[in-house]
Amino acid sequence: MSVDMSQFLATFYEESFEGLEIMESELLNLDIGAADSETINTIFRAAHSIKGGSGTFGLTAVASFTHVMETMLDEMRDGRREVSQEAVTILLSAVDVLSEMLTALRDEQPLNHDAIGKAQQDLDSLMAAGNGSADTSVETKTESMPNDSQNITGWKIKFTPHTDMFKCGNDPVRMIRELDGLGDIKVDVDVAKLPELNKLIPEDSYLSWNISLNSPISEHDVREVFAWVEDECDLVISPVTGSGGNNSPELQVDVLESSFNLLAPQGEKLVARFYEELFSRYPQVVPLFKNTTPEKQQIKLLTALKLVVNNLRNPDTLVKALTEMGLRHQEYGAEAGHYDAVASTLIDVMQELAGDKWTTEIETAWKDALTVIAKVMLDSYVPDGQNVATPGMVATAPVGTPQVQVKTAEKRKSGGEASSIRVSIDKVDELINTVGELVITQSMLGQFGEVEDLNNSHLEKMRDGLAQLERNTRELQEAVMRIRMLPISFAFQRFPRLVHDLSAQLGKKVELKMSGEHTELDKTVMEKIGDPLVHLVRNSMDHGIEKPENRVDANKHETGVVHLNAYHQGGNIVIEIIDDGAGLNTEKILAKAKSLGLVTDSENMTEEQIHDLIFNPGFSTADEVSDVSGRGVGMDVVRRNIRSLGGTVDVKSVQGEGSTFTIRLPLTLAILDGQLVRVGSETYIIPLVSIVESVQLDEGKINIVSGRGEVYKLRDEFIPIVRLYHIFSIPFDMNDDERGLLVVVEADGEKIALFVDELLGQQQVVIKSLETNFKKVEGLSGATILGDGTVALILDVKGLFDLNAKVATRPEFVFRSNSEEAGDKGGGNSGVAA
Amino acid sequence: MATILAVDDSASMRQMVTFTLKGAGYEVVEASDGQEALEKAKGQQFNLVISDVNMPVMDGITLIKELRALEEYKFTPMLMLTTESGDDKKTQGKTAGATGWIVKPFNPDQLLATIKKVLD
Amino acid sequence: MENVAQKVDVHELVSTGGDGQQFLTFMLAGEEYGVDILRVQEIKGWDNVTKIPNTPDYIRGVINLRGTIVPIIDMRLRFGLNFLEYGQTTVVIVLKVNSNSGKSRIMGIIVDGVSDVYNIAKEEMKAAPDFGTAVDTKFVSSMSTVNDKMVILLDIDHMCNSAELSTIDAITE
Repeated sequence: MSVDMSQFLATFYEESFEGLEIMESELLNLDIGAADSETINTIFRAAHSIKGGSGTFGLTAVASFTHVMETMLDEMRDGRREVSQEAVTILLSAVDVLSEMLTALRDEQPLNHDAIGKAQQDLDSLMAAGNGSADTSVETKTESMPNDSQNITGWKIKFTPHTDMFKCGNDPVRMIRELDGLGDIKVDVDVAKLPELNKLIPEDSYLSWNISLNSPISEHDVREVFAWVEDECDLVISPVTGSGGNNSPELQVDVLESSFNLLAPQGEKLVARFYEELFSRYPQVVPLFKNTTPEKQQIKLLTALKLVVNNLRNPDTLVKALTEMGLRHQEYGAEAGHYDAVASTLIDVMQELAGDKWTTEIETAWKDALTVIAKVMLDSYVPDGQNVATPGMVATAPVGTPQVQVKTAEKRKSGGEASSIRVSIDKVDELINTVGELVITQSMLGQFGEVEDLNNSHLEKMRDGLAQLERNTRELQEAVMRIRMLPISFAFQRFPRLVHDLSAQLGKKVELKMSGEHTELDKTVMEKIGDPLVHLVRNSMDHGIEKPENRVDANKHETGVVHLNAYHQGGNIVIEIIDDGAGLNTEKILAKAKSLGLVTDSENMTEEQIHDLIFNPGFSTADEVSDVSGRGVGMDVVRRNIRSLGGTVDVKSVQGEGSTFTIRLPLTLAILDGQLVRVGSETYIIPLVSIVESVQLDEGKINIVSGRGEVYKLRDEFIPIVRLYHIFSIPFDMNDDERGLLVVVEADGEKIALFVDELLGQQQVVIKSLETNFKKVEGLSGATILGDGTVALILDVKGLFDLNAKVATRPEFVFRSNSEEAGDKGGGNSGVAA
Repeated sequence: MATILAVDDSASMRQMVTFTLKGAGYEVVEASDGQEALEKAKGQQFNLVISDVNMPVMDGITLIKELRALEEYKFTPMLMLTTESGDDKKTQGKTAGATGWIVKPFNPDQLLATIKKVLD
Repeated sequence: MENVAQKVDVHELVSTGGDGQQFLTFMLAGEEYGVDILRVQEIKGWDNVTKIPNTPDYIRGVINLRGTIVPIIDMRLRFGLNFLEYGQTTVVIVLKVNSNSGKSRIMGIIVDGVSDVYNIAKEEMKAAPDFGTAVDTKFVSSMSTVNDKMVILLDIDHMCNSAELSTIDAITE
């Protein structure tokens, strides 16, 4: 039975990447010189798993690369090797290389052999330089091939298990059975030690056996049978020499020779057909032949076959040749199973080409011959790690050329992004429970559909049922949302490494603190928040945290702190990036903004507003554009990306003390807490998270500002008024006496007041895209379907702000409700006409 | 048909072993570390235990030792899965009471052949 | 003209052998227009729309079509014809429209009423003259005759993509 290993590869890759992450974070956690043994053990186990799995699933390059890492870590955990900074650094870069390798293999891209080779070299030299016992030597087997000088035909084996052999779950019968499978045996049992029945302990072994085995196999193979019980038995093996004849009496030399001569004219066709069949039956062996061409391989095979047949009468030469071939085959990963595959395929192809000249005799002869050949070749195999001339070969031997042909561009490059999600069983159980309750509620309500005359008591029960339904639906919604939620630690986990590397690169001392890693957020949001977070952290380290000397001069500790914090607030997740660096330089920002033409009149700008300017495109007050950040293309992209997730990013800073960047994201992308409002006959939805407050409109507080339209004096602030029916061109519904409401909303530190006719309820709405079938409309972030089935539009505060800026100063948008205002027209509307 | 307990902290390894053994008609129960395996072994009788050596919580060798102390598992075949090329792990395993070992990497056929040997 | 087109029962949409196509036809200000039946997702009666601000008047707004937001276009207004009050007989044909980028959208068009489904062979599709139809000829793919009546076959994709998907300066319209 051949099992297709590729089905397990996906899981293997997933767990290997997880393992690599663990290795990285634990390596970073290691205290050089005082390494915690449990930590080393964890790192070792991760490497060990990857090595084991990669070997099992046929990723030989990975297996051999990981081998040295594993050995090194093994020595460390045993205390035989020092955990030095150098070692950790080399291991860290080895982890990187390994990660690249696995990614390349998973996505079927070529491997970066230079990087692999270099890392391999570093590992090897460290191993060699390190503590004496750097080699992975294993006791060499004493014999590895049949003793060809004595014509051994079999063995005499005295097998005496010790009394407690059974206690290891072993049973002598199995060994004897196995010997039976190797050749003809004759067994005599020796019951000399068997005590009286009343003294007999059934759990002990008292018997021993004398076995005569008729087989050309090696002593090594005989001992192999007893490998598991070596220490629990006495084993005496002595050869039995036969009289004359071939080393392998079973080989029908004549038959083999004649059948081969029969097929020889079709030799090339034979080997070509052979490979065709082999690859079609056993596609998993294809990788083994990657570093050769079909032509070369076929010639090799043909030559090998000829060699074998020509030397059937010269066992010494034959065995030597087969042994060498065996070693080479071990190098490119040929295993026992492969030999069976080759043998059966070869015989089938030979039969095919021989046609009706093929006989059972020929078949048997070849079967036996191939079995013996396989045995000799497999016997030549040496233990793992020794079959190489130079260290370099270990990594490259099986993988000569890039592993797979380059696929077309459609092939998905990064398998990293979201196609599966791990969900804890609890969440799934919760979901199942909630659905169960929903079903009950539904059937309960369903009953009322049958009732002919509904009376009050029915209605009462229906109301209860509907309330129950509402609860169930909400629970279900929450439970489902929670499934897509993962702790933000997944997004945070790259930062220790990042900060570690970056602080070295920048020549600064930075400590990373993280809190709230368990705070959960939607998987998709988390994937998209990664890059903005990285940029903000880099920014803090590059522009925020000062160089150690400067910090000391400023009476600060020379090590700066960057703190990543996350928590839930309302329906949002808040992520803070806090640094105790130099803070934002208000003057510099203002100067830059002015030079960019972003600001003309800065008198009324609060410090916050000035700080917010850094989110404009092209903004960078860095004196030199460093490699890390500072090209001035970062912050605006960060804000844009966060906004596209429905979130906001702001900065608060105190010069000299530090800065805090705050990201607010909705807990899921598709659901929003909204305030329904009526404007004319239209219903709109304002995201609750944007609403600051609502006030009754007091006309006395309205002022007209030239060039900016109407503003409302709210306590000590002047807030621009946005009349939705103007910018949305909705028929004006109010008469002079009615007062509307102002809903004050906020976006990016700016406030505007939306004029609405009425506040309707608040509810959670599902965001439906307008762009799917229509297009993006400025001022709207989407639409939703209300309980009555009608569509309501969701307002986008920032968009409204921009729209208003365009619209507010146009002369035709005159305010009809207040004659006072009308009289004021002259001053107010001298703004720029559109 | 025999029931086998397969213990390994690597999910892909467990999957492969389970798939292979089930395909050959065996019943398989998985555990991801020695502790979990011990609990399961106490709750149900297995005919064979295959276990990785390096696992968190409780490693394979300790698991074998613990199992051997149980009456029901005194003579149950227990095989270690190991990539250790050194002999000390094998010796440790034997001392703890392991029946034998299978060296990683192994292919499914090797696994089945070895299993067949001990499950008579 | 020769009457080559065959009238087909709406409920028996047999696949067209040969090189003809099936069209759903509708009336608009006395003229009959046809659209590829394969593009017709459904036909529904008039329902309330939610207006979208700052869009041309022929885009009446959007509706909820089983959970999806679908824009509704008034064809009369689109082609500069007189507006007709919506009533019981007003019909909305929901179409699947393909854009240049390969994306497909769902849109609804308001028409006076639905006519029929016809099988029209390729030979009977003639080029449209430059004059004589209310519809801009660039939206007309061809013309045909059915039962002595002229049927104007429309290029849905062109018609629904040209204006709606281009960015309109919302304020200046």
